[in-house]
Amino acid sequence: MWHDTDVIRKAVAIMKRTIYLDNAATTKVHPLVVEAMLPYFTEHYGNPSSIYGLAAPAKQGIEEARATIAGALGAKTQDIYFTGGGSEADNWAIKASAEFMASRGKHIITSKIEHHAVLHTCEYLEGKGYEVTYLDVDENGLVRLEDLRGAIRPDTILISIMFANNEIGTIQPIGEIGEIAKSHGILFHTDAVQAFGHVPIDVDALHIDMLSASGHKINGPKGVGFLFIRTGVKIRSFIHGGAQERKRRAGTENVPGIVGFGKATELAMATMGERSAKEIAMRDYLISRILHEVPFVRLNGDPVKRLPNNVNVAFRFIEGESLLIKLDFAGICGSSGSACTSGSLDPSHVLLAIGLPHEIAHGSLRLTLSEENTMEDMDYVVGQIKEIVAYLRGMSPLYEDYAKKHPEKIG
Amino acid sequence: MYTEKVMDHFEHPRNVGEIENASGTGTVGNAKCGDIMRIYLDIDDDQIIRDVKFKTFGCGAAVATSSMATELIKGKSVQEAMAVTNKAVCEALDGLPPVKVHCSLLAEEAIHAALWDYATKHGIEISGLQKPKSDIGEEEVEEDY
Repeated sequence: MWHDTDVIRKAVAIMKRTIYLDNAATTKVHPLVVEAMLPYFTEHYGNPSSIYGLAAPAKQGIEEARATIAGALGAKTQDIYFTGGGSEADNWAIKASAEFMASRGKHIITSKIEHHAVLHTCEYLEGKGYEVTYLDVDENGLVRLEDLRGAIRPDTILISIMFANNEIGTIQPIGEIGEIAKSHGILFHTDAVQAFGHVPIDVDALHIDMLSASGHKINGPKGVGFLFIRTGVKIRSFIHGGAQERKRRAGTENVPGIVGFGKATELAMATMGERSAKEIAMRDYLISRILHEVPFVRLNGDPVKRLPNNVNVAFRFIEGESLLIKLDFAGICGSSGSACTSGSLDPSHVLLAIGLPHEIAHGSLRLTLSEENTMEDMDYVVGQIKEIVAYLRGMSPLYEDYAKKHPEKIG
Repeated sequence: MYTEKVMDHFEHPRNVGEIENASGTGTVGNAKCGDIMRIYLDIDDDQIIRDVKFKTFGCGAAVATSSMATELIKGKSVQEAMAVTNKAVCEALDGLPPVKVHCSLLAEEAIHAALWDYATKHGIEISGLQKPKSDIGEEEVEEDY
């Protein structure tokens, strides 16, 4: 009898298995980060702007986090400005610098595969009389440097190119882009929300003038980010009010969030080498097994210039949301660039920009790993994907038509 | 985001498959937009839908609406099937999120397209039935995988 209960318990444990593979969406807050944050809710709750002793630890907590983050980028501590997240940092960098330099020119260069925080900000500026060049990318999602050079005009005031893409994981040639911007005297901003804490970044070596990042992508809390603004770069304030953040970003600081972001940065930098090696091994194993064992599939993004934890594939003849729900039944959390998951009729702008036809972009799957995953997880995921893809193709009229037209290609 | 009924019909879709030598087949939707539904009807001499099967490329709502639509017309006369509207499909599923209502419309269109195919093949007139828009915009993608 005990045996039976054991079997049932094990079965339940297996059934409830959750494999979280959506770390590009957000990450689990590290227990040490939570531990670092907690005192700032109930003990060091003073307003950092206040004069009495109770407020001092709050002020100090912020400054320590600032120093840690600056150290991670090779930046000056005073050049880190905390924000309410990555989107705010992107908005600030682009709108405020564009506004400040309007008298010099009104042309901005960005790429077609930026995050919406950059793209929609640029579209907003277009409505305000700015001109924006959206650079095409190659089939792996890389900006072509010759295109960038060709797009530069006398009135170009800002280049904003993301460090690494959130969907397909492609890492841009940031150093070369920075070099081009610098040689033309143009400001260079990079949205590094997916890259910060995952790949090494040196703002001086890469000639970066402004950089956005977010806490919750590196096992830190949500609702906190920063904008690095190189000393000497003149941009306006974005949030007006009090004198916080050297009078450039008003609002009482999110002290626990900032402290947590600092701790998360410290952990991310300390573990980066080992962690990315582990993630790359799992990533390449997962990609290789999927490409070899599932027919009619392709890898999206550059196979090498790629974030350590990003897998993005497109399965023909099936649709992404169906795939995600089936994966969820199997305890696997992923994401897709299909229209149905974007709330519009068009699939992901990134997948279209790398040349995927609509119908194939609908069948995309993004899996973003963490160091908590194991090779055993990867095996389980491949097994589930094979089963689910075959099942969904079995009910796909597109697959039926293809099979009738090309019976020789169906195994 | 989906009701329990939608999830049930997605997880356990009714009437998935093909019917060989179907009395009528209809395919609607567009791969570009991410939804294609195909319905097969087996209709007897008394114009009763003896059997119905479907295949769908699409999201959870697309699969669930196809499944529910086939349930609603199975065993019905062709005239009764004509009365199955997208609203009826929606209601039977306890509702759909607003962005997914077009899926139920697709289900209604798929039924009509299959009935039209049946009516044309058999020289039968079904009152209220109009020629469906044939908008299956599937371009052959000649890409090697």
